[in-house]
Amino acid sequence: MLNIEISQIKIIAAKEFRDRIRNRWVIAVSLIFTAFALAIAYFGSAQQGEVGLRNIEVTIASLVSLVIYLIPLIALILGYDAIVGERERGSLDLLLSMPLTRLELILGKFLGLSAALACATLVGFGLVGLLLAYQIDLNALYHYIGFMVSTILLGMVFLSLAVMVSVIAKDRARASGGAISVWFLFVLVYDLILLGLLVLSGGSFGEEFFPLLLLLNPADIFRILNIFSMEDIKVFYGLATVFPASLSNPWLLSSMMLAWIIMPLTVAFWRFK
Amino acid sequence: MKNNVIEVKNVFKYYGEVLAVDGMTLTIHKGETLGLIGHNGAGKSTLFKMMLGLIPQTSGEININGTSVNGGAFRELRRSIGYLPENVVFYENLTGLETLQFFASLKGCILNTCLPLLEKLGLAHAAHRRVDGYSKGMRQRLGFAQALLGKPRILFLDEPTTGLDPEAIREFYTILQELNAQGVTVVITSHILSEIQERVQRLAVLKSGKLHALGTVQELREAVDLPLAIHVQTSCSTDAVEAILQGVALEALILTGNSVVIHCQRNHKMEVLRRLGSLGDALLDVVVKEPTLEDVFLGYAA
Repeated sequence: MLNIEISQIKIIAAKEFRDRIRNRWVIAVSLIFTAFALAIAYFGSAQQGEVGLRNIEVTIASLVSLVIYLIPLIALILGYDAIVGERERGSLDLLLSMPLTRLELILGKFLGLSAALACATLVGFGLVGLLLAYQIDLNALYHYIGFMVSTILLGMVFLSLAVMVSVIAKDRARASGGAISVWFLFVLVYDLILLGLLVLSGGSFGEEFFPLLLLLNPADIFRILNIFSMEDIKVFYGLATVFPASLSNPWLLSSMMLAWIIMPLTVAFWRFK
Repeated sequence: MKNNVIEVKNVFKYYGEVLAVDGMTLTIHKGETLGLIGHNGAGKSTLFKMMLGLIPQTSGEININGTSVNGGAFRELRRSIGYLPENVVFYENLTGLETLQFFASLKGCILNTCLPLLEKLGLAHAAHRRVDGYSKGMRQRLGFAQALLGKPRILFLDEPTTGLDPEAIREFYTILQELNAQGVTVVITSHILSEIQERVQRLAVLKSGKLHALGTVQELREAVDLPLAIHVQTSCSTDAVEAILQGVALEALILTGNSVVIHCQRNHKMEVLRRLGSLGDALLDVVVKEPTLEDVFLGYAA
């Protein structure tokens, strides 16, 4: 029933990617990432009264706090228009009259935009990584690469959500509203609600399933994935006290991220008529 | 039925409670050019989109070359179908050539065919210009070029000449004629009825989602039985004309100076002409005007 032609997906993806290179989206976002990463790497320890390129783990922890706000926002802005934009401009009918299935269109759009976001992430943070390289040991390099990979995964999760919003929304205005709501929900509201519940219940709320609730938010998974792997840092976050080591397996966490990528795309396909 | 390329069988389409297509049955033959006419909201676009498998019908069956347009097997057939949507929209950031190449790659045809196609449509000079700088007419021509990618066997053209100047319209129909000669089946809609009436083999008139009439232009004319208009110039008085036509059943007789306009049914045409002939040298000119497609169409719409 699902006959997928990879070549059609590639054509759509290549067009999306080329569009973002051409309209300088990739270079602009790369520059934003570089600027932020540099500033954080340089001024990150200012609270301790020092500036300069210092501890890589502290740098990554600061970058995580930044990325957790920035990447979902950028991914949602990048992707909310993907389908609804074609529909509203009137180019969707022509596209679908081609030998192209709706699933191929969704996957092509998603992968092309993912490639653009991944490219910006690798260039933007990679440049800073190179700058830090002189003081990076192998272990730190491993963390930094892990940070970049998980950043790309986080971006893909929110791109997937954006494509879903883009399929469901009736018009672009509603899609942008939906995208912003998704950002508020996962980046701001979700943790506040959990925190509120914890405070209200005097800390006794759901000791067993609290960690599982964290896994239901891709932004939290991203934080855990990056923070938990660094011994020095997780103490600051107090994460070790609420999050059991058994669930902090990077493969499990990455699988959760993958699930978060696949689920919205599945919904998008199901709703795309 | 090897000759039936497109078969629409008892198709209904509801948008929520609204009935957009009401029990449509229509067969389009191989190599014919069929004009689809109807007012806005008559169901033309909906029918078009259903025939292309873009929206599902509520009930009924649509087959192209014996393949259901709703099934997965229709994908292969799409390669041999060209579609020009009404008010075609392209990606503003691509050049004309890139646009064509993008669709060519999706259709799986050779990219080398794109430039010759642009030349054929008179867009070679703008091949490397971005589409956002194209005029309405240029976009329409690019749309037509896109529809011709991969040598389609079936063409769906929705208002194809909108925005084209008369010269371009003539070129467009010349190309269409060539394709027709090669056995390409064409389904075309147009608001400019006088423009398509000489260029289609059959017309389908849609009204409130129903197929209201179907046939050649001549058949439709005869079926609605609209009166002909006979314009007469004489050197004698118009009273004389009125006198010789005494006894013939006329729809209307309009007398102005030396000219007379006679409206009569088709079966009285020869009788009127014979009587006019009796005026001899006083008869200066006679022009018989068939009802136009607009008249026919309005006759059906009424």
